Parts: sequence; C-alpha cells; structure tokens
Amino acid sequence: MNDLAARIETARAKWDSLNNSKVPVIYIGTATCGTAAGALDVLEAVRTTLKENKLKAKVVQVGCIGPCYLEPLMDIKMPGEARVSYASVTPQTARAIIEEQLIKGKLPLKYAVGHFGVNGNGHIDGIPKFFELPMLRNQVRLVLRNCGFIDPEDIDHYLANDGYAGLRKALELSPEEVIEIVKDAGLRGRGGAGFPTWRKWEICRGAAGTDKYMICNCSEGDPGAFMNRSLIESDPHAVLEGLQIAAYAIGASHGYVYINSDYNLAISRLLKATEQMREYGLLGDNILGSDFSFDVIVKEGAGAFVCGEETALIGSIEGRRGMPKSRPPFPAIAGLKGKPTIINNVETLGALPNILRNGADWYKQFGVQGNYGTKTFSLVGKVRRPGLIEVPLGIKLRQIIFDIGGGSWKPFKGVQTGGPSGGCLSEESLDIPVEYESMKSAGSIMGSGGMIVMDEDSCVVDLALYFLHFTQNESCGKCAPCRVGTHHMVDILERIAAGKSRMEDLSQLQVLAETVARASLCGLGQTAPNPVLTTLRHFRSEYLTHIKEKHCSAAACKELVEYEIDPAKCNGCQRCVSICPTEAISGAKAEIHKIDQYRCIKCKACYEVCRYDPLAADAVVITSRRNAS
Amino acid sequence: MTDQDYNEIFSGFKGEESDLITILLRVQERLGYISKDAIKHISQFLRISENQIYGVASFYSKYRFTEPGKKCVKVCMGTACHVHGGKYLSDAVGWKLGISIGQVSPDHRFDFRRVNCLGCCALAPVVEIDNRVHARMMVTDLEEMMSRGE
Repeated sequence: MNDLAARIETARAKWDSLNNSKVPVIYIGTATCGTAAGALDVLEAVRTTLKENKLKAKVVQVGCIGPCYLEPLMDIKMPGEARVSYASVTPQTARAIIEEQLIKGKLPLKYAVGHFGVNGNGHIDGIPKFFELPMLRNQVRLVLRNCGFIDPEDIDHYLANDGYAGLRKALELSPEEVIEIVKDAGLRGRGGAGFPTWRKWEICRGAAGTDKYMICNCSEGDPGAFMNRSLIESDPHAVLEGLQIAAYAIGASHGYVYINSDYNLAISRLLKATEQMREYGLLGDNILGSDFSFDVIVKEGAGAFVCGEETALIGSIEGRRGMPKSRPPFPAIAGLKGKPTIINNVETLGALPNILRNGADWYKQFGVQGNYGTKTFSLVGKVRRPGLIEVPLGIKLRQIIFDIGGGSWKPFKGVQTGGPSGGCLSEESLDIPVEYESMKSAGSIMGSGGMIVMDEDSCVVDLALYFLHFTQNESCGKCAPCRVGTHHMVDILERIAAGKSRMEDLSQLQVLAETVARASLCGLGQTAPNPVLTTLRHFRSEYLTHIKEKHCSAAACKELVEYEIDPAKCNGCQRCVSICPTEAISGAKAEIHKIDQYRCIKCKACYEVCRYDPLAADAVVITSRRNAS
Repeated sequence: MTDQDYNEIFSGFKGEESDLITILLRVQERLGYISKDAIKHISQFLRISENQIYGVASFYSKYRFTEPGKKCVKVCMGTACHVHGGKYLSDAVGWKLGISIGQVSPDHRFDFRRVNCLGCCALAPVVEIDNRVHARMMVTDLEEMMSRGE
C-alpha cells in the first residue's frame, strides 16, 4: 500500500509539472476517430514545425474528447495560460497555429473553438469555454471524465487524477459492502438491457466454489456504435479498475477482457495498461497488500455480433463457435469452464471507480429515480454535431438530438436507438425521457448507445431492411425462428423496397416479426424484429406508399427512383456524360443532356458530379414517381 | 509458412483448446489467410480435429480461407455510413472490379471486403484502403482512386 502511495505522490508531481510546464504543451487527440480524420499527419507536422523552428514544447497524445465533427483536435497550453483547443486541424493549419502562437505569441482566433480556462475559470476574448460549447453544455462527464485529458498510455496520468482510489476504497471494505454500495447507487447494466448490476453480482457471490471469473464485454459488434472502443482507447485504466472492483465483489481471481479484434489501438492500450499495472503491483497476488489476487487476460474475438450475448461470448473464449446456449443455468451460476462467471459491459465497469470513490449518494444526484447515473451515446447519422456524448439518464431525446447534436441538416424524420436490436422513434416520441423503461414502452430499447439520426433523405423501409440484413447475416443459425424467420423478413422487405409487394405482405411481416421475437433462443433473435416492428408502428404510412404507390419519399430505395436531368438547370457541361460508366447520358456540349433509363444503373456518379463540380449546375435529380396500382 | 514460423506462433500458447481463436488470428496476420496447411499444423499443436478447427474458423467473419489481393478495399457498412449512402460505394467497387463482397479481383490487385463499422461515424461514409481511412467518400472519388491504382 505504501509503495502505491509513493507512486501516487510521484504521479501527482509529474502531472503538476505537465500542467505548470515551463514550455508550451501541445495535446493531440489520436484515438481512432482522430486518426481517421488525419491526426497522425497533424502530429507529424507539429513535430517537424517544432524542429524546424527549434522550439521547445511537450507533445502529448491524448484520447477522444467527444465532438467527432471537430476532429482532428489540437490543443495548446502556453505556460501560465489557459489551454486552447483548435478544431479541424490540417498539417498546414497546425503549422500556422504553432507559428502564430508559439513564435509570434498571438492567439490564432480563427482556428480556435474553445478554451479550458485556468482551473476551470478564466476568460479569453473571442474564444468560448470548451465545456460551454452547445454540444458539451448539457453533458455530464463521469465515465468519460479523463478522456481527452490524460495520456492513456501513462498510468501516472491516471493515478494523478484519483486513479485506483475506487479500488483502494473497495479493498478497505468487505465484498458484501461493495455490492451494497453498488446496489444503493442503483447501477444498471449499460450494455443495453439494464439488469441491476448488484443482483447479478450477488447471485455469483453466493454461488458455490472458489474459482470464479469476471469478464469485461467489449464485443461491441453493432454498427454505428463506438462508445466502448473510445473509452478503452482514451482511458483504459478506468475500465480495468472497474473490472477489479467487480472481481473483488464477486470473489473472482481471473479476469478477461473480451474485445473485438478490429480494435487494434484499444487492444494495444489495454495490453500496455495491464503491463503497467503489474509493475505497480495492481495486478497479481495480494494486490496492495490485501488478500485479493487477480489477473487479466485480453482475449480477442474474431468478428461475430452474436458474441455480445453472454453464453456465446463464453463459448468464444473457450475456443468454440460463438453460439448461445439456453438458460438457465445462468453464467452467474455456471459460466466459463462451468464456473460462476459475471459479464459486465465496458461502460458499467467504467462507472464503478466513480461510484466507489465518491459514494452512492454522489452518484444518485445524476439521473432520475430508478435510472441513476449517466449513459454514453454515439450520436451519429444526419446530425449537425456528431460525436461521443455522455448524458444523465432521464434527459429527453429532444435535448440530445437538438441541443447537443444541433438537429439535422434537413427536416428531421426519426431516430434509431439500440442498433440492430433497437427501434426507430418518430418526432412524437422525442419528449420521452431516456430511461430503460420508457424507451422500452416506446418500442425501442436503450441499447448499448448507438443513436442514429435520420432526416427526410433517409427511408425507414430501407433502414429496416438494412438492419434485418445485418441480423440475418449475423444469426448463428442455431434456432429456426431466427435463422429462417429473419431470412423471410428480409425477403418481404426487399420486395417492399423494390415496389413488388402487395398489401398482404405487410400483415405477414407483422406476424412473422412477432413470431421471431417470441420464439428465438437468445437476445439476437428476440430483438432482431424490433427495427421492423417499430417502423411499422411509427412510420406505417411510409410502408403504405411503398406498397400502394411504389413511391419512396426519401428517394433512397434504388428500385423506386429514376435519375433525371432538369432541363431548366442543365448547362450542357458534359461532366456527367464523361463520368457515366454505362454511357447512359447523351448530349452535345452546351446542349441539354438526357439520361437513357434503360442503360442507367443508378450509381449516383452523375448526381455527385453535378452537385460538386464547379462547372456543373445541380441539374441531375433523383426522383421517385407515384404510381397508383 | 515454414514449420519454424508455426512454432514461433505457437510458442506463446499453452496448447489448450481455448487458444484456438487467438492462434487463428495470429496465423492470419502472418499469412493473410487460413490455409489448409495452417489448419493441419494447428490441429497437431492443439490436438483437436481439423474439422473442428474449420468449424470454428468458418463461424467468425474475420477469418478467410483464400489468399488476399494486394490492396484491401474495405467499405464500411455501419449504420451511419448506410444513411449517408454507403451502399452506393460498395456497389461502385463491385461494379468497377466486377466482383462481389468477399472476393478478390481476377488480377489479384484488389481485395474487396465489408466491415460492420469502422467506428468513425462522424466522417461517414468511409472506405478503408490498406489501413488508411478515407472520409466522406463519394462514388466518383472512389472510382478515381481505384483507377489510379491507389
């Protein structure tokens, strides 16, 4: 214990010296989202600019702070001044910013988006506070508190920010007392189902045997969701600390982190973090001088959505096909290798250090009765400010989409929550609070945190088809309702999207969806029809126009649209003629062009050229005609 | 891969059945795919049948059993990319190369894959070519890049 106290002392000194550095500090967000936007090129440019100008500065790579639409983000903190954040940085602007701020000593206001103040206070003319930007103002960052601030590869940064204080607190208590605190805090599973965490733990704690397993579920296979990956990339120790607290509570001495093998950066950061923990005596036998011994194995999955299901995940860790088993016995009684096992989501574990450190009452000030705490969401789709957000439970969907996300560019149509297991909600449902029960009664689910906003250019039939395609692909094939049912649902939806369906199809789809939901073995099949059921409930009229009028109002269903040239706008620039892969467009220079519908393969190339080429005149339009049958 | 390469990979494992998925991943990282020969070697090391290994490997979408093409074009099929028109991109790649998802172009230059989500939804639609993510792609950009052989 004393050993760690000394290390914390050094870590704090290191952290303070970084914050009060005599030389400028440059922070660059290099998590996967930042890297995709070009953060590594910016990093390279920063290093060369510093070198060329013989400037002294510290460069720190941090994780993701959330507003993905501003990536790549670069922050500069001059000695004694506030840290200022610059958005959408390119190698060229990075160079300009450094020259302006580090050499000339001026603030390049036109690139700045926000500042972090000095100890939370301070004012800079022309730059708002970062956390008062519209996207961040309504957020409450508990799980993501360190993301974007600490170097995720340096355990000292985590220690200096109250890292492992939750674990130390837990080790002072008995496991039963830890469970009691988590029960009192009302923490529920953040993987989506919302099962009370403490109840699962209690069952496992009471199960016979001494060999127990604690697993962190970072399978995160649903498309459009990246909360867990982002958390592990930006603050891996928070998740590992949570894993240890949970392991201590249930009496487990072996832990696994089951992670999607595509998450390369997250995996390497986890491995580095566990290495550092071993060095600091935070893993292994008798951790911090207590009786608690624990070790972690990072286990990669190999790309199967169904492995997010507990029994399938266990199968995958054991080296088998990831197929779910019927329950009971529940994993809490007989899981991995037949031993009692608890599987918690990354975010559930990420919340634990905060709860243990600050107590249940502190945690309960966030959220509402029965739904305490916060939830992270990846807010994406047709929204103005996409990104990773954390909000208190009980917030209205409208606040998330319009206040934080800034609404959609074109008129809003709906929001899809919970990924392939969730549902689509329409404008009328926007005033329901984001709670496990209310989301369920609206037909959707809270889900693990994917939130996709749709505008009038998105077609709900197309989206339902997309999700059913996905679940049909990912169905493991063990039980017939899921294997065969999803296949038939895809068939029907494809017919509707192609304008080849009849009214009977709709009732058949409804019956089939209800059957699959009721008869499937595991959560994948039981929730697979949700996208269809909710769209049938909230957007029935769109299905009807597809069936009766062969019309797709969003012009997204390929079979129901035609590409046409608006003769009033066409200036005869011939850009579309040359780009068309099937030579479907004809027309001499300066004459109005024409599209041959028989040759057109609807690849969208002419549409793009006509929109984005400076010579062109927005003349190509995609239209869907109404044909009454 | 030689016997020595396999031994190198196997040296990090105890030889338990639960190591199978990770071993397959390591082999694929080195070789690019899971060959018949690899399955034979793994079978001997873990002392489980080749059928069982193939059964497990074919369950997971990550593993492939044919030699990959030189350039890997991965089109993101995530929800955010889908609503931003990602399917036009995969149609364009398929049309351009004359192959469908999961196949290799006849000249072995391109490898056409889909991914469920690359997790950069704010940049949608995205395409990953040889581990580099290209943001806000359009059909015309993609065709041009592929024509240039990038």
